[in-house]
Amino acid sequence: MSRWIVRRILLGAAQTAAVVLLVFALTEALPGDAAVALAGDDPDPARIAAIREALHLDRPAHERLGEWAAGLLHGDLGVSLASGRPVAAALAEGFGPTLLLAALTLALLIPAGVGLGVLAARREGGPVDRVVSSVTLAVYAVPEFALGVLLVTVLALRLGWLPPTAVGYGTDLLAHPEALVLPVLVLLSRPVCSISRLVRAGMVEALASPYAAHARRYGLSGARVRYAHALPNAVAPAAQQLARTVDWLLCGVIVVEALFVIPGLGTVLMDAVAARDVPVVQGLAVVFGLVAVVLNLAADLVAHRFAPRAGAAA
Amino acid sequence: MNTPHPGLRRRGFLAVAAVGGIGLAGLGGAGCSPGTGTGTETRSGAARKGGRLRVAFAGGGAAETLDPHLGNLFADAARAKALFDKLADYGPDLTARPRLAERWEASAGLDRWSVTLRDAVFHDGRPVTAEDVLFSYRRIADPKKAFRARASLEPIDLEASRATGPRTVEFRLKRPTAEFPNVLAAFGAYIVPKDTQRFDEPVGSGPFRHVSFAPGRSARFRRNDAYWDGAPHLDELEFVVANEESARVNALLGGQVDYAHELAPTTARAHEGKGRIDIVRLRNSAMQGFVMKTDRPPFDDPRVREAFFLIADRDELVKGALSGAGETGNDLFGKGYAYYAAGLPQRRQDLDRARRLLKEAGAEDLKVTLDTSPVAAGFTEAAGIFRDQAAKAGVTVEVRVGNKDSYWKDILDHGTFASYRSGAMPIESHISQRLLSDSTTNATHWRRKDFDELYRRLQSTKDAQERAGLYERMQRILHSEGGFLVWGFADWIVGTSRRVRGVARDAPANTLDWARFDKVWLA
Repeated sequence: MSRWIVRRILLGAAQTAAVVLLVFALTEALPGDAAVALAGDDPDPARIAAIREALHLDRPAHERLGEWAAGLLHGDLGVSLASGRPVAAALAEGFGPTLLLAALTLALLIPAGVGLGVLAARREGGPVDRVVSSVTLAVYAVPEFALGVLLVTVLALRLGWLPPTAVGYGTDLLAHPEALVLPVLVLLSRPVCSISRLVRAGMVEALASPYAAHARRYGLSGARVRYAHALPNAVAPAAQQLARTVDWLLCGVIVVEALFVIPGLGTVLMDAVAARDVPVVQGLAVVFGLVAVVLNLAADLVAHRFAPRAGAAA
Repeated sequence: MNTPHPGLRRRGFLAVAAVGGIGLAGLGGAGCSPGTGTGTETRSGAARKGGRLRVAFAGGGAAETLDPHLGNLFADAARAKALFDKLADYGPDLTARPRLAERWEASAGLDRWSVTLRDAVFHDGRPVTAEDVLFSYRRIADPKKAFRARASLEPIDLEASRATGPRTVEFRLKRPTAEFPNVLAAFGAYIVPKDTQRFDEPVGSGPFRHVSFAPGRSARFRRNDAYWDGAPHLDELEFVVANEESARVNALLGGQVDYAHELAPTTARAHEGKGRIDIVRLRNSAMQGFVMKTDRPPFDDPRVREAFFLIADRDELVKGALSGAGETGNDLFGKGYAYYAAGLPQRRQDLDRARRLLKEAGAEDLKVTLDTSPVAAGFTEAAGIFRDQAAKAGVTVEVRVGNKDSYWKDILDHGTFASYRSGAMPIESHISQRLLSDSTTNATHWRRKDFDELYRRLQSTKDAQERAGLYERMQRILHSEGGFLVWGFADWIVGTSRRVRGVARDAPANTLDWARFDKVWLA
């Protein structure tokens, strides 16, 4: 078990390094560099050259990568080309709002997804199951952006129940919880659907399995069979899906942050790519990579714990 | 590390920005109604003091700055305008109006200009002096820093320029420059206190004082009661950044902000006259067109250029690409600005003549690649519309969509035909920056000795009437055989809440009264 974990961690580190290299290569491959992006619609060649020199972009790519990687080993993420401030500070600032959104979403996602799935599985084929299934499928088909615009129009602008954006609240979102409702709703919408579908399928399968029937024959109560025996089996694939949802969730965060003006990591990423701010993009790649690795590791551990047979494959 | 970081993105296409007041005298003294000039909003009611105005702009994330010499974005320009002053600024017709400079006088040879400063003080109480002006200009001109206004200040010989008194500067120029006041009004040519290097707690002479600033998020400023042009009506001004247009509109509709900069024409149409918000259209804010590289086939033949001028159905382009929010162009920059050659006949689509010209030029079955990019609103739409129009004249236009972050650099020397737009600037600046043999951003590769000579004569002509004649001659040349196919001028659209008053309506983006919050009040 512990050797398996060590192997997983090493694999994760390698994956993170690969992501960083890939990101570096891709940013290098983009047409234009930070100097060009900064010069914008005033592409005076002398000005671009001066900016390039000031940013040390005139040095070869491998030198810059090497220096950056060396700094990384000391925990130094480098300096932003656009602002001249340490990358770590920029990421730390953006991390708060994104983490808050992700944590709230996950905190609601698990009970909502599992609850809906169990509910639908219990009433398999009945009207409740059919309503839950069709609603989740329908909502899943709506892109976040469209859903966000719809929710803002109805709940914020027409009914006036909630603020339409978090503009002006900065990173202190907890002081304005009402501004978080719509973003979290939009973030929740699609993962709730996929998780509940998975839990439902797993539950239906588990309830129909010989061991559930066996448990029932022993006279265990229906609730006990459902929650102690069937659910863990249904949760294992859902936990792994949950982890896979996270990278997708990060994309969702970018959309939601733009729509609701929340200054999180998604906004940092958008700005950094537009400005060809390579150190910041790299720093984000490291953070996103680490998050994905840690979450997948946790998911595998959960799967291992709840359904050892399923987890053995990982 | 002191690197230049003029944050810029697709919205930062401005070329010249402005602070200031339309009424040069007349204004001053708190409580007077704003804008003695025409075009200023005249909704009834005297200006009311107090309150906090929240304005939403598109921003540039961590790259945003309060260094007024570094700014490239509309948000940077608007913040700089609130905190700092320039010596001069542009009126609605893009002529320079005195600001910190009380007056200016040229020597007979037009190569020495004496500028007298008005009695103004910085936020910390120090007077604005000639030394501050020279320090600011020398900082901008530092070749190591690549500040945007450096190119505009190029005519000044800063080594030889000096303070002739506490409030008088004598600028020595490298050559006669009749339009020198344009230099004083140049985008980013702000006056900062001597020896300022950091702008964490910026001190300027502008209508507002710095309170707080978080790049990419918000900035808060407080009224400067000692402002020379009269204290602002507002107690406080808060900038918030929302990059998505939909977010700016929603925040405005939801009452979270009172002023939203840069709205889409469709948004304007949806809300104009509906009573929830007010829509302000700033006319002639952005030139829209295509550039033809005049130094390479097929556009090195003036007949082909003329044929392309005749292919464009400008009304259709304005309607389709700008959703009607604009005016028709006539292949010249600067409609509505001083010295614009308004007397030249409006060019209209004439496909027969276009076909004839192409045939004469031996360019039948012509194939051209049109570079475009989603870098500005309407670009890709305009490209598609022009492609269809060209097909009717037998010209095959292949639209190539490029990367928006490096677009302006990509089209400067590459390709032959490309989408183009420009913010407001005097016609003289447009010529000097883009149409002279040694211009740094000459996207049409227009290099003609006779044209350069006309510009030189213009700059050595003291008489304004005579200069107007030279402007007209130069524009005639451009109209008949230049490389700019200017099909329209886009409105700049601003939305305000119903209680905002005093927003100038006759102020192209980047002129004096654009984003000028010291004259705005809350009813």
